[in-house]
Amino acid sequence: MKFGVVVFPGSNCDQDMFYTLKKTLDQRVEYLWHKENNLKNCDFIVLPGGFSYGDYLRSGAIAKFSPIMKSVIEHAENGGYVLGICNGFQILCESKLLPGTLLRNINQKFICKNLYVKTSNSCLLTNHINSKKTLQIPIAHAEGRFYADPSTIGSITTNKQIIFKYCNENGDVNTEHNPNGSLKNIAGICNKERNIFGMMPHPERACDQNLNNLDGKLIFESIIKSIK
Amino acid sequence: MKKFTQKNADLGDAVEMGLLAGEYDKICEILNRVPNYTELCIFSVMWSEHCSYKNSIAWLKKLPKKGAKILVEAGEENAGLVDIGDGQACVFKIESHNHPSALEPYQGAATGVGGINRDIFTMGARPIAQLNSLRFGDINLPHTKWLMKGVVKGIGDYGNSFGIPIVGGETYFDKSYNTNPLVNAFSAGVVNTENVISAVASGKDNPVFIVGSSTGKDGINGAAFASKDLTEDSADDIPSVQVGDPFQEKLLLEATMELSMSDAIIGMQDMGAAGIICSTSEMSASGNCGMEINLDKIPTRQKNMKPFEILLSESQERMLVVVKKGNEKKVQKIFEKWDLNCEKIGKVTDSKNLLFYYQKEIVAKVPAESLVLGGGAPVYHRDYKEPAYYKEFKKFDINNVSIPFDIVDIAHQVISLPNICSKKWVYEQYDSMVGTVNMTTNNPSDAAVINLKGTNKSLAFSVDCNSRYVKADPQVGCEIAVAEAARNIVCSGAKPTAVTNCLNFGNPYDPEVYWQFVGSIQGMTNACKKFKTPVTGGNVSFYNQTSKSDSVEPCFPTPTIGMLGVMQNKKHFTTLDFKNEKDLIFLLGPSKDDISSSEYLVNILNIENSSVPYFDLEVEYKLHEVMNVLIKSDCLESAHDVSEGGLFTSLVESLMPRGLGCEIYTDQLFRQDAYLFGESQSRILVSVNSKNEKEFKKTLKKFKFPFYKLGYVSDNKVLIDDIDFGNINLLKEKYNTALEKKIN
Repeated sequence: MKFGVVVFPGSNCDQDMFYTLKKTLDQRVEYLWHKENNLKNCDFIVLPGGFSYGDYLRSGAIAKFSPIMKSVIEHAENGGYVLGICNGFQILCESKLLPGTLLRNINQKFICKNLYVKTSNSCLLTNHINSKKTLQIPIAHAEGRFYADPSTIGSITTNKQIIFKYCNENGDVNTEHNPNGSLKNIAGICNKERNIFGMMPHPERACDQNLNNLDGKLIFESIIKSIK
Repeated sequence: MKKFTQKNADLGDAVEMGLLAGEYDKICEILNRVPNYTELCIFSVMWSEHCSYKNSIAWLKKLPKKGAKILVEAGEENAGLVDIGDGQACVFKIESHNHPSALEPYQGAATGVGGINRDIFTMGARPIAQLNSLRFGDINLPHTKWLMKGVVKGIGDYGNSFGIPIVGGETYFDKSYNTNPLVNAFSAGVVNTENVISAVASGKDNPVFIVGSSTGKDGINGAAFASKDLTEDSADDIPSVQVGDPFQEKLLLEATMELSMSDAIIGMQDMGAAGIICSTSEMSASGNCGMEINLDKIPTRQKNMKPFEILLSESQERMLVVVKKGNEKKVQKIFEKWDLNCEKIGKVTDSKNLLFYYQKEIVAKVPAESLVLGGGAPVYHRDYKEPAYYKEFKKFDINNVSIPFDIVDIAHQVISLPNICSKKWVYEQYDSMVGTVNMTTNNPSDAAVINLKGTNKSLAFSVDCNSRYVKADPQVGCEIAVAEAARNIVCSGAKPTAVTNCLNFGNPYDPEVYWQFVGSIQGMTNACKKFKTPVTGGNVSFYNQTSKSDSVEPCFPTPTIGMLGVMQNKKHFTTLDFKNEKDLIFLLGPSKDDISSSEYLVNILNIENSSVPYFDLEVEYKLHEVMNVLIKSDCLESAHDVSEGGLFTSLVESLMPRGLGCEIYTDQLFRQDAYLFGESQSRILVSVNSKNEKEFKKTLKKFKFPFYKLGYVSDNKVLIDDIDFGNINLLKEKYNTALEKKIN
């Protein structure tokens, strides 16, 4: 399997993602430049965090028009794997590859901190993680409040598309431990076909022993084990 | 088209631009004629305090600058360059953006972040960590809250988008900053020494390029604005504040990194204060050459910008690049990739003059050397005089302060003070984890510790200054600022290596203010020599003062110290949190009956005027030596220095991360309040596993260094002298929420 990390102008977690996949997880990985439309035979595309094109209009709103996104959308529609993290998740929602949208945090501020999430339904990212385990994964965003109309929320719930929820250390899902006002404490979702994934927390920031947190690694290991 | 004409400028124009009569005469002498309007603008801005350091340079030259690890000395390049081994160097610097932030906190602070980062990456170094030191007025004032919200959001929005983690800093409140906040931004980067880019021009006919954003009318004369008093009329200067675009800065960073890997360029300098004129003159002067620049070629945002506007504009996210002739295409291709302007605007000459053309006419002709610091720019020796308050403050006597009745209540108040409590409200708005190098997120430590991926090493950073101490005694106060930064770095397990400074003072023409400046320089010199941490650069910001109805009062003298430490082996990384119940708690360093200038004295007992806390540079140095041995011999479970808020605050900070408690006894030789809340210096709180107690004591006895066994770590209750100070979770709640409650 080969990973591809898309680089938009303004992406700033692209190098962290590349480093994690290559050095920590020993995977094959390529950078994919936004002006190109060649996915270089990558099987699993990652849209990293950052501020694509400055995010001046609306997070992810410009990125969806870039040449590389045409190819990513095609790849996804053909069943190829795509994971968007933070700004990548915003881009996937803007591109309609994932349902819903990400609104400004309820406190109107950028929030960067460690918090806990738990896996909520089984998918590539969570298959190999004990569903009782809480993962400590940091967030860093100003627009991460997941929102969708009631019928969409209904359908993503029925279709088990909610893959991560914010919770406390013990796994309790409650308002107190909802950092940004997301509906149903949603931290990550997938599409109905379960090949496109989006999450606000940054698992690539929790993969290095030097930083004393390896919980994010479990997610990538689950992906690698599931696809093998 | 109407031909561009301009008049000659007379003394009246010069005075209006903030130049002195003697300076105008000197300009005429340099040019051997009367300057025209554009030329006078050039001199006025290049000879402003902000660019020329004319009132500080004589003293700055006395700071220790040399050291075995120093690759580039202060003043030679945009920032200091320190050898960190294995062919790598660290570039780091701190800079102020006080005046813009006072008027327009959001953009003022944002562009401060942009400016300091450009100083780092213009040298070819990728920034890896940012810190900042912020000072605001009385937190209860609506104006302070407005400034603080704007500054923090400005720093966050710019830094978060730019994508370099903000890993540490300080936020301090005192009414002396009521109308004049201080915003000091620090950035550090790492570069392979072979890829360092120099801020120099050379080689006749080598082309000169401007890259990055277009030039607009924003920030015109910002340097001159920063060189005068802030008054009630300062709001009229709002056009002097620039507007930042972090997205452009990010693109410029990536393009510059590619440029540093190529062999296409001679030199490069970012455009900060005084824009094009500053970068062309400084690069030419350091290369002992001249330039011919065609102002019509410069991409502008507005039509019909006048020559002086183009030259002085402080539009952000721009660089001046001198390209090796024949490599123009290579350079253009890089900037095209990143969708940035890259325009050839002129060439290097061997004339030593800067020649600016506009609509085919020469609009200014000035010797480059005459404009710059170390060249023709004026140097003044200002008078200074010890203020009357200095001796008054020294009269403070602890014996006139009665011992408080309810020590527990005082303790709870101390950890809730704005200067003591958690700054979570501030730092959670900053991306502190991008880059995946911040080792202190999950392992809190006295300094910010940054992983150097692929090596055994890490870097440690700290920014520090207790400006109240500096006011009480500038020399000792500044020694303490350096000592505290070094102590933080030592506690983290790294070796203090080099210093950058940001010298924020009042009006230099006031002899009592200048006395504070001189004393601070002397203190910094003493301490930096003692710790072998040379000064690699920084900046000076004068004219920081708060206006009152009928007078102005200088801000506290604030020589902020930014220090770099190098940790050769990550296994020495030491954290501040107590680890296990039953671990022993010790206090290293001398105890004193000293509450001078403490947060307890000033903000709880409301006694403002007192001397500087006890400090002895020799004792401090010995403390660092002892700590170094203790850490290397793996004796310590944790280390945390005692600073603002005293021992009690340090204790709570060490207990909170793991929700532990303690049972300790204070030394009965001292007043309990002084022991718990006093801020006498050179003390570190450590915890030791009982199996290491013997070795620990042996080391301290060998060094004949004072220490005291306080007690041990317990489950979750804080017991001191058999008094219950509360459950750690209660104390944590108070400490964590105090600031938020004040601001909202």
